[in-house]
Parts: sequence; structure tokens; C-alpha cells
Amino acid sequence: MNQTYQVRIYVTLRPSVLDPAGTAVQSGLKHMGYDNVEQVRIGKYVEVTLTAADETTAREQIDRMCDQLLANPVIENYRFELTQLQLNPS
Amino acid sequence: MNVGIIVFPGSNCDRDVAMVTRDLLHLPTRMVWHEESDLSELDLVILPGGFSYGDYLRCGAIARFSPAMQATVQHAERGGLVLGICNGFQVLTEVGQLPGALMRNRDLHFICDRVPLRVERTDLPYTQQYQRGQIITLPIAHGEGCYYADTQTLAELEANRQVLFRYCTADGQLTTAGNPNGSLSNIAGICNRQGNVLGMMPHPERAADPMLGSTDGMPLFAGIVSAALSAAAHR
Repeated sequence: MNQTYQVRIYVTLRPSVLDPAGTAVQSGLKHMGYDNVEQVRIGKYVEVTLTAADETTAREQIDRMCDQLLANPVIENYRFELTQLQLNPS
Repeated sequence: MNVGIIVFPGSNCDRDVAMVTRDLLHLPTRMVWHEESDLSELDLVILPGGFSYGDYLRCGAIARFSPAMQATVQHAERGGLVLGICNGFQVLTEVGQLPGALMRNRDLHFICDRVPLRVERTDLPYTQQYQRGQIITLPIAHGEGCYYADTQTLAELEANRQVLFRYCTADGQLTTAGNPNGSLSNIAGICNRQGNVLGMMPHPERAADPMLGSTDGMPLFAGIVSAALSAAAHR
């Protein structure tokens, strides 16, 4: 009996990687008067809905998806949150 | 020698490359659709510039999983020559054939220009017709060409002499002023450790026909041909 999960995946640049887009946005915020902004880093947010036998299986699959495609481990980190959408009737 | 040019949905420099290999160098050249998986008759596989699969997610990220790319990896692992230009370089890093990654240009702009490059190593087919330290000028056209790798990877690239081209000033200085996109160590093109896989952001195919005003890219293609001819003579 498969369960449906909604997964929210956050892909962020590794701290050692420069983020010129983030720096440009930070400078934009400064121009708007937000002088207290110390850093802006831009990442990606991905929503995935999938079915799996259980949460462990779903987590393992998402982990592989992130590692193989959704994030590039050379420059990015990722983390995700998983919610079970509904209990499918058997 | 047989040349194959991989055509992804969104490739747009494939015919420019064929113009050089087929029309100028008279090499048998086959356009390889991304769904093909048999490259066994090819000696040189070229991954052209463009926006493979729209470059969605990250440049080159989705192209990596195409059948033609899986076959290209096998070709490379057999020692076959693979040349990735611009988007082709991005695909080669995504698929793990070359280390590092190509990120958004330092100043965020898409850059379309002709830039000086310093040739760093000339004992490989790709660069044997250049002089070491020679300054050549090639076109670049990219938004994500800023080469990044961690400190250890950069050290390994240098130790193994894997950097073939670096951005420089007109007189060959490796300064920030001569670095159009912020690439670490001014890296414009690198090869794998074995030297058979080359990825580069500049476009040698756009500087091969005298009608286009420059032929600085032609020695790269001519070097590959002459290496193949001398290898055949020694067989």
C-alpha cells in the first residue's frame, strides 16, 4: 500500500561558493534603504510529490534524486522536508 | 577519422562545428541525435554549444542523462577523444568527466566577445599545433562560464597540468582585468587526467574560417586530425 508524500527541497550554494546574484540583490536592498542586510544567498526551492511504500523509502529516493540531479554536490548543498499527504485506503 | 557531433534539443552550435569538420577539414562527420546510443565508429565526439534541454535546473544538468551522453562517457573511458565546447563543457562537468562546475559569470551578464587566451600545454592532440604560452583570441558567448572547483581540486588540476587555456590580458597577464567571467585561476579550458577529454568555454569553431575574420581556433581541430593520422601511421 503506497503512501503519497509531498517533499519540499531546498538547494543552497555551499558557503565557500561566491554568489554574485545574491550580492547584486543585497546591493539592491541597500539602495532601498535596508542598510542592516548583512548577506543574501540565493538558492532553489523544489516541490516534489511522490508515492512510496513508506517514509524511509521516500527519503532514500529523494536523497538520490537530489544527489544525482536536483543539486550539484560540487557547488550546492540540499535539505528537504517531507509530509505525508493522505493515508490511502487499503 | 570519424567525427560525431551530439545534438541535444537546444544545441545551437552543432552546425557551426560541422562546418569546420565536414566542410573545411573534409572529415566524415555525423550529427548524433541525443537519443542515439551507438557511437562505436566515432574517433572524436564533440559536444557543441547551446542550451541543452533549455539548460533547465542547471546548465548541462539534464543532458547528462541522455543516451548519447551515456555513450559519450563510454567512448571517453575507452580513451576516445571528447571535445566539449561551451555548453558541452558544462555537460562534461555535470556528468563528472571533468572536475568542478561552471557558474554564473562574476558580473552576472551574458558575455559575447572575443577574448585573449594563453595556451598552457601543447603535448596533447588538441593543443599540439599551438606554441606553449602563445596568446590566441577566441570568441566567448556565455552567461555561466565562471569556473569553480574547491581548493584541493584546483591544486590537482595544476599538479596534473590539466589546464590547457587561461583567460589573460592582450599581453598574456593572468590578472582580474584579463578574466572576463571570474573563473578561478583564469581557467578557460581543462582536460581530464588522461588528456583525451577537453572542455572549454571559448568557441574555436567560430574562429576557424578565414571568412569570419580569425583562424585562431583552427589549429585545435587540425591538431586533432594530425594526431589521428600519426596514430594511424604507427598502427
